[in-house]
Amino acid sequence: MKYIDEFNDPQLARRLLDEIRATATRPWALMEVCGGQTHSIIRHGIDQLLPEQVELIHGPGCPVCVTPLEVIDKALEIASRPGVIFCSFGDMLRVPGTDRDLFRVKGEGGDVRVVYSPLDALELARRNPDREVVFFAIGFETTAPANAMAVHQARRLGLSNFSLLVSHVRVPPAVEAIMTAPECRVQGFLAAGHVCSVMGMAEYPELAERFRVPMVVTGFEPLDILEGIRRAVRQLERGEHRVENAYPRAVREEGNPAAVRMIEEVFEVTDRNWRGIGRIPASGWRLTDAFRAYDAEHRFDVSGIRTEEPAECRAGEVLQGLIKPTECGAFGTTCTPRTPLGATMVSSEGACAAYYLYRRMNAPAPQAGGTAQQEVTPVA
Amino acid sequence: MPERLSEVVDPANWTCPAPLRDQGVVVMGHGGGGALSAELMEQIFTPAYGNATLAGLADSAVLELGGARLAFSTDSYVVRPLFFPGGCLGDLAVNGTVNDLAMSGAVPAYLSAAFVLEEGVQLSVVERIARSMGAAAEAAGVTIATGDTKVVESGHGDGVYVTTAGVGLVPAGVDVRPQRARPGDAVIVSGPIGLHGVAIMSVREGLEFGVEVASDTAPLAGLVAEMLAVTPDVHVLRDPTRGGLGASLNEIARASGTGVRLQERAIPVPDAVANACGFLGLDPLYVANEGRLVAFVPPSEAEEVLAAMRAHPQGAGATLIGECVAEHPGMVVVATGLGGTRVVDLPLGEQLPRIC
Repeated sequence: MKYIDEFNDPQLARRLLDEIRATATRPWALMEVCGGQTHSIIRHGIDQLLPEQVELIHGPGCPVCVTPLEVIDKALEIASRPGVIFCSFGDMLRVPGTDRDLFRVKGEGGDVRVVYSPLDALELARRNPDREVVFFAIGFETTAPANAMAVHQARRLGLSNFSLLVSHVRVPPAVEAIMTAPECRVQGFLAAGHVCSVMGMAEYPELAERFRVPMVVTGFEPLDILEGIRRAVRQLERGEHRVENAYPRAVREEGNPAAVRMIEEVFEVTDRNWRGIGRIPASGWRLTDAFRAYDAEHRFDVSGIRTEEPAECRAGEVLQGLIKPTECGAFGTTCTPRTPLGATMVSSEGACAAYYLYRRMNAPAPQAGGTAQQEVTPVA
Repeated sequence: MPERLSEVVDPANWTCPAPLRDQGVVVMGHGGGGALSAELMEQIFTPAYGNATLAGLADSAVLELGGARLAFSTDSYVVRPLFFPGGCLGDLAVNGTVNDLAMSGAVPAYLSAAFVLEEGVQLSVVERIARSMGAAAEAAGVTIATGDTKVVESGHGDGVYVTTAGVGLVPAGVDVRPQRARPGDAVIVSGPIGLHGVAIMSVREGLEFGVEVASDTAPLAGLVAEMLAVTPDVHVLRDPTRGGLGASLNEIARASGTGVRLQERAIPVPDAVANACGFLGLDPLYVANEGRLVAFVPPSEAEEVLAAMRAHPQGAGATLIGECVAEHPGMVVVATGLGGTRVVDLPLGEQLPRIC
């Protein structure tokens, strides 16, 4: 993979780290919004290599983690119905609802399938006209165009047995929610490159100006992330707060207009609950009235499912960088990767899950043959 | 959109979901070779059978019988599709059990083969599988000495299931088991990782990764014999099948109370595997292999063992990937290419493709 290797070059990484170290004269807290970037940071150990002055706060940008409990419960209900083929991206299968997950539904006889694209689900609907095929449409602006395309195609092909359970979320309102929170510590953002490759950069200057934070559009390979951090720190040191594109090989100013048109044709903005955070106005998408026939919530009449999320853990404060995971009373006791109380423990890239693993490095040896308490959940 | 979001979003009320309760039913993850598989063993089977031999939880048991040290192992094979690039259910069923025996340092000798056939399966399919088993047994130098066949009604099986069991003799002076890992041991992998898992994924999911990836299924007893000829003091051998290298190394670290430190850049990951894993959001360390072993050998013997491995066809790509350490006992840590570290944990069940 020649092209990718170039973005993983240790010597170039060293040079960027030296530059970041030389630039940072005081402590700065940056947030990477996207779960994919968090994954890369943890996987390559980037957070341990940064100078002490630069702190990374892992944002709420993992679509799997922030999908509300209520929506998971709706998914579980629909997937349990006879005659349904419930299709999902793989990592949603292990996310706990109130009392089970999609794996459990599959174990009890539900037809739950992992697909790699909503178009695969569409194909299943075409081949199984006597079955109801439902696709779990989660994710940020990155996955929305393909999901919109699937609905568009379903209508074009006259497929009446295909629907979406939609829980799409949008990045800019989440940034706004984080920045308006009291005691917010975030001083700069690494904006999610893949989101910007679809939506472009137009939504960000207003946020950068209003909250006086640099926003650097950043990619996902180690060098991309280090370059994003370098530019954000440079702006902070100079007292600037601009939107900068450090990922020009994938992101154009205007994004992907065709994809945006597709989203706008099929989806409309709505308020959305975020797991562990709560309701954020205008932070999601739902199907427009014209495509309501493809909305699984209506088709399976699960709109009435309401789930209260008990206030047991402090993921919200962790997501803002207000506390370290270890400061939460539930951490490592009632809340582990095996029994996650919150979004940040569900995903292996979540701040709590990462801390949980690293803390074990200094723990006494487990008993040979003792029950394995840990897990890796490879989610975004 | 209100001017001040703080009026409607109150972080003080940010909450968390309820915990996942214990499953109570078998889920696919129980067969994934990770934490769920281990729990099934520790919480149900071991207490139910109640004997010390089983408590070692190695891939094969080493038994004293009539003055001989016998390695004994069994494994069921339920792969879908039955035929895949590089192999089929048949050679997998022979090589898998041969390798489980070899990982105890044994010389595999005899296998059994029990078939569960689904009504309606083409006899030509059964014949192809049986023939491949015969060929694989010959290549591995073992005899299929006994067997059984059952047929289940259509819809109650997945075409063909095969269970093989095997026995072999452990040479005198050989004591290979996970508990023997020692700080300082060299950690060696016999070749490129992840090929079997990616080969299966590519045909099962209809995914193309630029080039056809063939399974690495192969018997490893010959390679092990060459290694033991260099030094009978090989500490640990493991064939990293389900759960991949990551799961195997975690099991070894936990069984021995040592830590494992790997150098990421030394781990041989073929481009096709890296591409497939990059595309799907999987970690090559957790992808299954069927013709690889990982060995822990005393540092003084490492160079010689490596040379012997590289001289054998199944070990041509043998590589030193890290060492056994006294730090972080029970844990596997990777030094990343950039100089950071990350923990490689025991996977829960099977890996799941990531959305982003």
